[in-house]
Amino acid sequence: MSHRARSRAVVAAFGVALLALTACGVEEAPTTTVAPSGSSLDCSLANLPLRTAGTLTIGTDSPAYPPYFEDDDPTNGKGFESAVAYALAQNLGFTKEQVKWVVVPFNSSYAPGTKNFDFDINQISTLPERREAVDFSDGYYAVQQAVIAVNGTPGTAATGIADLKGLKLGAQVGTTSLKYITDTVQPSSSPSVYDDTNAAVQALQNGNIDGVVVDLPTAFYLTAAVMDDGKVVGAFPAGQGSEEFGLLFEKGSALVPCVNNALALLESQGTLAQITEQYLGGEAGVPTLS
Amino acid sequence: MISAGASIPPSPAVGVAPQPYVDPVRADALRQRGRRNGMLATASTVVVFAVLALILVSSPGWSAVRETFFNGADFRASAPDILRAFLLNIKIFLIAEPCILVLALIIALMRGLRGPVFLPLRIAAAVWTDVFRGIPTILLMFLFGFGIPALRISGLTNSVLVWGTVALICSYSAYVAEVYRAGIDSVHPSQQAAARSLGLSGAQTMRFVVLPQAVRRVVPPLINDFISLQKDTALIAVLGPIEALRAAQIYASFNFNYTSYVVAALLFIALTIPLARFTDRLLARDRQRQLAGGAG
Repeated sequence: MSHRARSRAVVAAFGVALLALTACGVEEAPTTTVAPSGSSLDCSLANLPLRTAGTLTIGTDSPAYPPYFEDDDPTNGKGFESAVAYALAQNLGFTKEQVKWVVVPFNSSYAPGTKNFDFDINQISTLPERREAVDFSDGYYAVQQAVIAVNGTPGTAATGIADLKGLKLGAQVGTTSLKYITDTVQPSSSPSVYDDTNAAVQALQNGNIDGVVVDLPTAFYLTAAVMDDGKVVGAFPAGQGSEEFGLLFEKGSALVPCVNNALALLESQGTLAQITEQYLGGEAGVPTLS
Repeated sequence: MISAGASIPPSPAVGVAPQPYVDPVRADALRQRGRRNGMLATASTVVVFAVLALILVSSPGWSAVRETFFNGADFRASAPDILRAFLLNIKIFLIAEPCILVLALIIALMRGLRGPVFLPLRIAAAVWTDVFRGIPTILLMFLFGFGIPALRISGLTNSVLVWGTVALICSYSAYVAEVYRAGIDSVHPSQQAAARSLGLSGAQTMRFVVLPQAVRRVVPPLINDFISLQKDTALIAVLGPIEALRAAQIYASFNFNYTSYVVAALLFIALTIPLARFTDRLLARDRQRQLAGGAG
């Protein structure tokens, strides 16, 4: 404990030094930083409890898939989550150069102990069970699940959830898509589970399974860019307790309120809606499975 | 028959070993020392494990580790699904193991054939072991499980369970063939010479003289490979089927808790320990036989 307190003190000292430096330097801070709401919350850059002082360390898995990232490179600011991350960083007062990315495999993101990132952005659904191990920000995207299938196979004929029951369905491990299969569809044969969506698509094209359940943006990406003859069969109704992606923090992280402020600002500015439209737009015209 | 210990001169009285004279005073001292040794062993064991447990429990992160790895509620919640999935591991193991034992023996025998006509067979056996031992098993899984169905050859099954098991058989037969070969090579050439001089043919020598001795010697490494295979049945999960480790992963990634992996580990251990004790027994029996001067 004392060790941690000491390292906190070191971080704080660094912060003060940094503040002094920036005060002397050229004024180039972004105009729209998060205003401290109330007296208790100070979200100025120097006060943020960061992993590395003056740097926002963001984690995501590798490979980073479209449409959330582009070219497997989170630093380019392209792709939905990369864009959201940089917009958030800007609202918190960071420049683009002050953002550092680290690779965080999904399965290690919830390991106990100190984390090597300030937050992790990796299409992680904010399930209540998960909150016992980590903290989440408010949601930044309300996600819908969808089914894809190969054109001309029985899967594409489905119009309702009941039509999916007799099919062999697959999903990626660790995703809420798998939970949708077991809880909502309840198919007669047990689902197939894959390490990533690429393996699921391979099994789909081999005819091992009739359909793959993924989140809707991924469904569009897979059918448009990966598969030759893929089709989005339909989206599951949003329904009860709609699912949201949130940023993942170490349990008890003091950074969460400030990031939530920045996120709220992003929403009120209209930036979040604009980024969503830019990267995940064009989802209209998908039938909802009744 | 020429037995394993034939080169050791038989002791004069096998089976009815005479009781040597022991001085009663010395016997008493020996008993006392035995009791003291027993107490010392118990005490040192207790102290060592108590200290280890104390270090573990008093470490600053223990509560977090206990919460994420050894959570009772998560244990109970995840166990039924994992246990059900574990049946698939056992099934794959039970099908693969006999196939591996037979195939590996054939490969080992092919490799040991003498004479110029058999060169192609020797080459085939060598290539089989080199290739399948060299390729990571997970790649074999993908190659067989996704690659072969993608060829769309009519008449061939699409089942990833079948092809995944075939991948395991190919990989492990390469390892086990080498174990057999080591066993065959360890039998002294004089045994073969003796067998041939008794009028046994080459095949008969292999079947009745060399193999029985060779196999008995390599039982421990064979069981080693069995145990390794039990755990590697989990690799079939990359093709889609839910086996024990995958079921554990599904639970872990939904609930952000690793306790389910501990459940899976306990199941694998439960399967391994009986086999390990069985090997110990076999080894002890073999030693007894050899000490008895080859009477077994």
